[in-house]
Amino acid sequence: MKLNRREALALGAGALFITLTPFKGGALAKNAEEEIQAFTSGAKVMEDDMVTLTAPEIAENGNTVPIGISVNSPMTADNYVKHVRILADGNPRAAVATMHFSPMSGSAEANTRMRLAKTQNVIAVAELSDGTFHMTRAEVKVTIGGCGG
Amino acid sequence: MADAKPRVKVPKSADAGEVITIKTLISHKMESGLRKGKDGNLIPRQIINKFTAEFNGQMVFGVDIDPAISANPFLEFTAKVPESGEFTFTWMDDDGSTYTKKSKIKVG
Repeated sequence: MKLNRREALALGAGALFITLTPFKGGALAKNAEEEIQAFTSGAKVMEDDMVTLTAPEIAENGNTVPIGISVNSPMTADNYVKHVRILADGNPRAAVATMHFSPMSGSAEANTRMRLAKTQNVIAVAELSDGTFHMTRAEVKVTIGGCGG
Repeated sequence: MADAKPRVKVPKSADAGEVITIKTLISHKMESGLRKGKDGNLIPRQIINKFTAEFNGQMVFGVDIDPAISANPFLEFTAKVPESGEFTFTWMDDDGSTYTKKSKIKVG
């Protein structure tokens, strides 16, 4: 195949665009996908900015990695966050915790500390009172894994 | 686990309807059940598997905990306080024991 100058430039620009586009919506490890399916019972999950996951970019010690979740919700009796499932797709078991909120929670925010075996995605899936699911993910690089053994 | 010691931090007073932040910590080894001991056998799992926070008997916040939560589980969350009352925090251990801590808050 012989390219003229215009085609060659267009191809180059396209390749650059693909390289620079941040990784979004890619596949997760199988165990995490299964956990999400089980949590949502097959419902559609929107990956948007409803849920915020606060995690360090690099965790030196995988034994205690501070993570925080926050869901953008008014938390009133007819519009609140019911549950938030936290998953880690590179741990021996993907499940981390399930948080249950109520309108009495005042806000859908919580912080905790978790174990991470290796560099991986941490995922938060929120179930709202209107039946929709929203998720977000954050990659955490782990220097020393936190599962012993 | 006999030496599990729960600790909570709740403000002493708040305005009616205010959203307060609560911090809890309990000393617990959170043995994941995936680690091997010196003899090469798996150490049986023993973790805190559930935490609940109630205000005047009404559920405020709860967590189902899996082994991926760190030792000495720390939880920070918020609660809305409409009136004076008492928080009851409960941790449930795999071995069947429960640990509770109560904390009063005054509104107004």
